[in-house]
Amino acid sequence: MTSGRGPHLAVALDGAGWHPAAWREPDARPAELFTAGYWADLVREAEAATLDFVTIEDALGVQAARADGPDERVDQVRGRLDAVLIAARVAPLTRHIGLVPTATVTHTEPFHIAKAIATLDFASTGRAGWRVQVSGRPHEAKHFGRREIPDRIGPDLVTDLFDEATDYVEVVRRLWDSWEDDAEIRDAATGRFVDRDKLHYVDFESGWFRIRGPSIVPRPPQGQPPVTALAHTEVPYRFAAGATDLVYTTPSDVDSAALVARRFDAPPLVFADLVVFLDGTPSRATDRKKRLDAWDGAPYASDAAVFTGTPAQLADVLLDWHAAGIAGFRLRPGAIPHDLTAITRGLVPELRRRGAFRREYEATTLRGLLGLPRPANRYSTVEGAR
Amino acid sequence: MTKQIHLAAHFPGVNNTTVWSDPRSGSQIEFASFERLARTAERAKFDFFFLAEGLRLREQNGLIYDLDVVGRPDTFTVLAALAAVTDRLGLTGTINSTFNEPYEVARQFASLDHLSGGRAGWNVVTSWDAFTGENFRRGGFLRQEDRYLRAELFLRTAWELFDSWREGDVAADKESGVFLSRPDAGAFAHRDEHFDIAGRFNVPRAPQGRPVILQAGDSDKGREFAAATADAIFSRHGTLEAGQAFYADVKRRLPRYGRTKDELLVLPAATFVLGDTDADAQERARVIRHQQVSGQTAIRHLEQLWNRDLSAYDPDGPLPDVDPIVGENTIAKGRASTRMFGDPLETARRWRELAEAKRLSIRELVIEVTTRQTFIGAPATVAESIDDLVQRDASDGFILVPHLVPDGLDEFADTVVPLLQERGVFRADYTGATLREHLGLAHPDRRPAA
Repeated sequence: MTSGRGPHLAVALDGAGWHPAAWREPDARPAELFTAGYWADLVREAEAATLDFVTIEDALGVQAARADGPDERVDQVRGRLDAVLIAARVAPLTRHIGLVPTATVTHTEPFHIAKAIATLDFASTGRAGWRVQVSGRPHEAKHFGRREIPDRIGPDLVTDLFDEATDYVEVVRRLWDSWEDDAEIRDAATGRFVDRDKLHYVDFESGWFRIRGPSIVPRPPQGQPPVTALAHTEVPYRFAAGATDLVYTTPSDVDSAALVARRFDAPPLVFADLVVFLDGTPSRATDRKKRLDAWDGAPYASDAAVFTGTPAQLADVLLDWHAAGIAGFRLRPGAIPHDLTAITRGLVPELRRRGAFRREYEATTLRGLLGLPRPANRYSTVEGAR
Repeated sequence: MTKQIHLAAHFPGVNNTTVWSDPRSGSQIEFASFERLARTAERAKFDFFFLAEGLRLREQNGLIYDLDVVGRPDTFTVLAALAAVTDRLGLTGTINSTFNEPYEVARQFASLDHLSGGRAGWNVVTSWDAFTGENFRRGGFLRQEDRYLRAELFLRTAWELFDSWREGDVAADKESGVFLSRPDAGAFAHRDEHFDIAGRFNVPRAPQGRPVILQAGDSDKGREFAAATADAIFSRHGTLEAGQAFYADVKRRLPRYGRTKDELLVLPAATFVLGDTDADAQERARVIRHQQVSGQTAIRHLEQLWNRDLSAYDPDGPLPDVDPIVGENTIAKGRASTRMFGDPLETARRWRELAEAKRLSIRELVIEVTTRQTFIGAPATVAESIDDLVQRDASDGFILVPHLVPDGLDEFADTVVPLLQERGVFRADYTGATLREHLGLAHPDRRPAA
């Protein structure tokens, strides 16, 4: 499939699904959320349907129903596993699908994240990506105790956090490039394992950090695994435009989809996020969502548009938005496995019937699936120029 | 009573033990190499797989050191991937307590333990050098004398985080709609000289409760730290006398912490060279030593002691007549080994005497003084010495370091392990599922009160 033939398709995996009561569904597996087998099954399901990639949600704190920190609720899923490690755990069990874990930049070390995502790229032979997440949550800051984030975040702090994220992504990309692709020479004649002229100090310095480099991990198979981020407003849009290869947006309808798509010159590729509740008939989907809402005690609200209906109706929406300029979709299954399998076994065949989705994988790397070229190394010298 | 031997496989790392010039030497970074060695270790019923770590490429004379293997993966990520291709093998890795934060490391180890079904182990190391610090936000913030304090506080903080969830906190009862048995699962508050953190830890109780703790320090402080906190100690003392002395020393420290001698295993690192006969193995060992120590490597090694540029010297000639520069080591960066030389003038004097007595060139001298091969011989000889050292309390087993990636453990697995099994001193199959069970260590929730 080329991007001219239809949209890219990804699913966003999070716990038992995006609805907080999803874990109570009859087919849910809430006791297995913290096991490898659960995640392997979900990613294999997505791979069987030739999806481009999965994302895995993460955070440096416990989930909460409120934005300002942990709550006392015991009726929703609490606790999660590290997303990079989940992705690594399923990498050897899959062959084609992209693996895009979430990792926070606000309290973590760029050096560690650079080597973790590079290693995921090695373990998956070129299928790693990264969803960059900024944390403006005061309670997450307290888990690190290294800086304070006030309860009320002003616009200056938001700008600061995204400026830091921009620098962070820059230094991670430099670290990925800090080894040229052919730095390892194993030259028996001179006794050298590496050509140190092809290893580079990144010497990145900003108000946030000073990092020397080079990485301890050689350049990953994709050169630079795709960097992705979710963005809703002006400041994160600017960050995404400058720092990412793919941005998840949250348009509410086809007009806002067209509007947001026009904001960006690819890259980044512009994806739209949708929370989906899918069933054979629209009323069954609506009833199911109502049941979940009743369990949770409130109607489900999301930053993304919430779609309730049949896979064929969803295909109509996706193709409309795609025609309006959206390159791909990251679907957030309302409940897992129900809405995941409705995507893989309902929506995907529907899109294929319309000639709008691949029938088999046409590339072996995530960049290949997304039509993103392998980036040149910024430190490479032109042949003969040295 | 006959002791059972514990064995681990160390992925050959970034130093001159690893021979990369051999035609059989494979990739040091592709996942297939890690998978190959881990599968061999599991086939041989080893206790665990072990990964070292260094967070800055080593330098010498101000340049990146290029004679040895350079480059390695991220520890957590590769261990999590290995959990997919193994079922029982313990997965242990080295994680630095200086350039990490407890919340993040605790959730990574707890996650690894969940994702591997209880097979995670953590080799806690400390470093303080500003050289490594240049890769991190805080730089070289730690004083050398504070590194064990930081490590111990880090570890104790991580334990509080692991313990902030109890078994059974995740009820996941669909009928009643109760996911969490108590609303404050994961709540913690910790304050000491290094860490002032509070909130909710976000990974539920892992299968092993806490990962198995390994420690490698050799100084008095390091030994005390291990006695207080570790489940296994990764030592450098593989010979009978040195091993017995070390073994007795660390086990003697345990009662102070209310621990018995079975609660801390002593596992020296060991290399091995096998052959059809002992003589054959000796000859192979000689060849490998020369692969490991080229003329250039010998000069670089001498520079680390002499602390000065010796590139003008001939590796096949006599030792330098100049003396080492005493003081801060400015020549080699990012190596633990420079601390091991002791008094450089005295060491140089001994080396010169040795070289003169045995008529050794620089290269021959370095080969002589850095010989690492602990076990050399036919499989029966090696099996017997391993068993002998364990039974005579020089160790509880060994962390074996092959010199070749990825097949360097094959011969040992095929020839020595069956002999140990015949002797009844090594498991014929796994009897437990978790690393704690392989090592005979109690689950922290089910440990008898001290």
